[in-house]
Amino acid sequence: MVGAGIAVVTLRNIIHSAVAMMICFGSLAGMYALLGAPIVAAAQVLIYLGAISVLILFAIMLTQAGDANLPASFHPQGPIAAVVALAIIGLTGWAAIQADWGVMPQAAGAAVEAIATGLFTTYAFPFEIISFLILVAIIGAIYLARRPEEDERAN
Amino acid sequence: MGLTGYLIVSVMLFGIGAFGFMARRNAILMLISIELMFNAVNLSLVAFNAFLPADANAGAVFALMIMAVAAAEVTVGLALVIAIIRTRQTAEVDQYSDLKE
Repeated sequence: MVGAGIAVVTLRNIIHSAVAMMICFGSLAGMYALLGAPIVAAAQVLIYLGAISVLILFAIMLTQAGDANLPASFHPQGPIAAVVALAIIGLTGWAAIQADWGVMPQAAGAAVEAIATGLFTTYAFPFEIISFLILVAIIGAIYLARRPEEDERAN
Repeated sequence: MGLTGYLIVSVMLFGIGAFGFMARRNAILMLISIELMFNAVNLSLVAFNAFLPADANAGAVFALMIMAVAAAEVTVGLALVIAIIRTRQTAEVDQYSDLKE
């Protein structure tokens, strides 16, 4: 999965990157299932593999008119970015190894019924905020995707 | 594989996403890198939820909410990117320098 993630950011052809991203997301769904969270795994497959990947592939194919192989796809600040990213990995990884988490021996798992109950009782207010955010996102996307000619015709 | 293993995978995924966001020039690929970082955070949340004796379901609920936020973000982000590409005829972020001039 980490290999697929590296492939996402290093492959030159952007469609290959998108396919590597789908592989990465699929294996993440498997990790969620291993962690005993089947509802999150199902949501991962539905949202990321089903919706976001298709959306990104559509966007790529709408915007790449033929020349998918661009000569210089890396920014000149690439080496600095690599150093910064390695620093992030090193520092947070070191912290994750060093910290004493007080872990339970075995993964407990999250029952679907308990999650559903919590979503509508304890976390009802965040749930409503998320609903409103998605409504705003839908309206914004429709506004942005509207063609300019329809603007003029409406006026 | 214990909690530390999952955390290390999550950290590596986040670092890869950060590298992709900083080093690539294609606007859509920068969005994909943001998605990678979202997924890294989600993985760490679900791992903490499974291994720590806190409230039993907080991590999974937060992961679901982060997924919803990520879906909204990628929708609006892709609409913006497509609108910009339509007017600029390029996906290279280096050439979006009109505000500078």
